[in-house]
Amino acid sequence: MREIRVSEVTNIVKELFLKANYVIGEDVMEKLACMRETEPSPLGRTVLSQILENNRLGAKEELAVCQDTGMSIVFLTIGQEVHFTGGSLEEAVNEGVRQAYTEGYLRKSIVAEPLFERKNTGDNTPCVIHVRLVPGDKVHILAIAKGFGSENMSQLKMLTPSEGIEGVKRFVLKVVEEAGPNPCPPLVVGVGIGGSFELSALMAKRATGLPLTRHNKDSRYRALEEELEKGINALGIGPAGYGGRTTALKVHIITAPTHIAGLPVAVNICCHAARHADDLI
Amino acid sequence: MKKIRLPLDEKTIHELKAGDEVLLTGTVYTARDAAHKRLVALIEKGEPLPIELSGQTIYYVGPAPAKPGYAIGSAGPTSSYRMDIYTPPLLKLGLKGMIGKGRLGPNTMKAMVECGAVYFGAVGGSAVLISKSIKKAEVVAYPDLGAEAIHRFEVEDLPAVVCVDADGRNLYNEGTKLYKQAAL
Repeated sequence: MREIRVSEVTNIVKELFLKANYVIGEDVMEKLACMRETEPSPLGRTVLSQILENNRLGAKEELAVCQDTGMSIVFLTIGQEVHFTGGSLEEAVNEGVRQAYTEGYLRKSIVAEPLFERKNTGDNTPCVIHVRLVPGDKVHILAIAKGFGSENMSQLKMLTPSEGIEGVKRFVLKVVEEAGPNPCPPLVVGVGIGGSFELSALMAKRATGLPLTRHNKDSRYRALEEELEKGINALGIGPAGYGGRTTALKVHIITAPTHIAGLPVAVNICCHAARHADDLI
Repeated sequence: MKKIRLPLDEKTIHELKAGDEVLLTGTVYTARDAAHKRLVALIEKGEPLPIELSGQTIYYVGPAPAKPGYAIGSAGPTSSYRMDIYTPPLLKLGLKGMIGKGRLGPNTMKAMVECGAVYFGAVGGSAVLISKSIKKAEVVAYPDLGAEAIHRFEVEDLPAVVCVDADGRNLYNEGTKLYKQAAL
């Protein structure tokens, strides 16, 4: 049994959200720079240059690259040999979020209740926590700051098995085409295929937090990722939606076993400001 | 790149065309969902608004808090379509410009043509860069709304693109059509 104090989790969660909001990953920066070279639209190239410059300034001056510093999502992958001490793990994660957003000049965007008063909680808590237990004595923490311009453009559909590969392709392209300029393209498109209703959505969200250099290990799904990326870039939406061929930076697919009667597909859209950071305890 | 003064004058409004790259200098008021809801409730009751909107430009933004030494925190545009339900009555009161990102609804675009107004797109997610062009910021109404309060910004060379002009031409549709390729 390995003991980990929850205060350590608080400190790490805080640092991860500060980093995610200030610093866009090298993988995204490289892809944006690379796509600026091939983007045929002059206005599209201007937009990509503006985004690159913005992200350089954010990292240099430690400022939020986007004013929508997001809803805080935390994926905890916990080794079952770990014993947390010193208080509630859930409260410790929320405390990390609270400290990052109040001390780091990040916007507080969470309302306590969705329908009636919609009163702001004032510290960006509570965050959304997803826990998975695995063998071992390590804890992996992935922090995603999820903006809602892109979250609002995400969709889920329960396809029938007979709709198959073509049905999945049609649905993913439809979601991105309907979103058009709204989610701040170029996008990272997370696709969850299989599982149950809620698992497909969870996989799609997890997919948006993968590095752009990562591809599905199954060559058939990797080919599907590439085909979808090409298809999305052929939609013409372009950077900021002003028209162009740079609409997707990457399509990530995560799959799970599913029911004989079902083919759930969830598409979670993430803007070019793909803000996530992770650490291992 | 055209340099444009805000508030907009009639001549400029009709000269600006979808796709024009502009640098905006002058005064803008910020408002998002919550402030729009209050403004339109006042209009419906026939009560005066806390700001004079006639001739003005609204920037759809909820800025991040300012770090010490900064005029404002990160301040990029939010999605404009959420304001569609509130915008036609504001246009009828004389609102002449909006700055945001993403599509507008058909009712907003129709009211823009009727009233003569321009919609500028700023690049979503370039919030640090845009904040550099905001020289002064103060809350002028609804301080209880926090980031969603109405601020008055003095901006200098804020980079934007005309996305919908006063004739109703729409860059999003035209640009997408131009670069769309055959389906896979």
